[in-house]
Amino acid sequence: MSLGIVIVSHVPEIAAGVTTLIKQVAADVSITFAGGTDDNQVGTSMAKISTAFDDNAADELLAFYDLGSAKMNLEMAIEMSDKSVHLYDTALVESAYTAASLLQAGVDLTAVEAQLAPLKIK
Amino acid sequence: MLTAQNTITWLDKFGDAIEKNKAYLSDLDTPIGDGDHGNNMARGLTAVKAALADKDDADLTTVFKTIAMALISKVGGASGPLYGTAFLEMAKASKAGTTDLPTLLAAALAGIEKRGGAEAGDKTMIDVWTPVLAAVQAGNLTQAVIDDAVESTKPMIAKKGRASYLGERSVGHLDPGAVSSGYLFTALLEVEAN
Repeated sequence: MSLGIVIVSHVPEIAAGVTTLIKQVAADVSITFAGGTDDNQVGTSMAKISTAFDDNAADELLAFYDLGSAKMNLEMAIEMSDKSVHLYDTALVESAYTAASLLQAGVDLTAVEAQLAPLKIK
Repeated sequence: MLTAQNTITWLDKFGDAIEKNKAYLSDLDTPIGDGDHGNNMARGLTAVKAALADKDDADLTTVFKTIAMALISKVGGASGPLYGTAFLEMAKASKAGTTDLPTLLAAALAGIEKRGGAEAGDKTMIDVWTPVLAAVQAGNLTQAVIDDAVESTKPMIAKKGRASYLGERSVGHLDPGAVSSGYLFTALLEVEAN
């Protein structure tokens, strides 16, 4: 069983950009993202988030988001998903980068979460 | 008591109010939010109207669920999951057998609180839902109750949502979600009067 990462942002380019950034340190970690509404406006989409869960090769996911309503859509997608998804109220870029580099190094979830804890900002 | 038919009428009237006031709602959202509440809600309610168009013979649970899914998938902002969860919780309560308005609204409010994590006094839609539910339970919901509840958000400091980034600077502005919730309950009063 592997761990994957999902990035959720209100803006498609932010979600794609954070993914580009963290892939640099995590070539072997499955990373998917959901950005913007269904028609790529500013906002979040539960359907896009569900697709990002499904498309991720891992069956246990760490999810990171930018602002409040992204969290609400994430929670609804989590309730409807078969995968185990951990949601973090942490600074998006820093925590996603931290998790990506640690997962690439084979660090387990407990140790990853210990390093994410001080990055909690919301 | 809510039925499939009066719920469709309720949402129809709510949609009309949102459409009529969408510029106002977005204006309210501009100084303390991201300026999109009116357009987001209008997009959602247009989707609700379209989804309900062929639901004349549906049961109450189906009607609630149809409304919820349209709002969740089309609104885009925080109001989508919040209003969507409210109707999803009413779908669950109606499936368990109730058509009682106070019971349904209580389930809806519990859902909103769980989804958004806000409490009364945080300058959100909950500051309208809470007194409205109390009035519905007491059997004395009036337009004045709704208006007072909406107005009560003006002096509050926002603790949740985009306005919370402004802290004390949010004082003096009505909460847009409280205003749109006011339209929802005004529409409900109109349905009850008929």
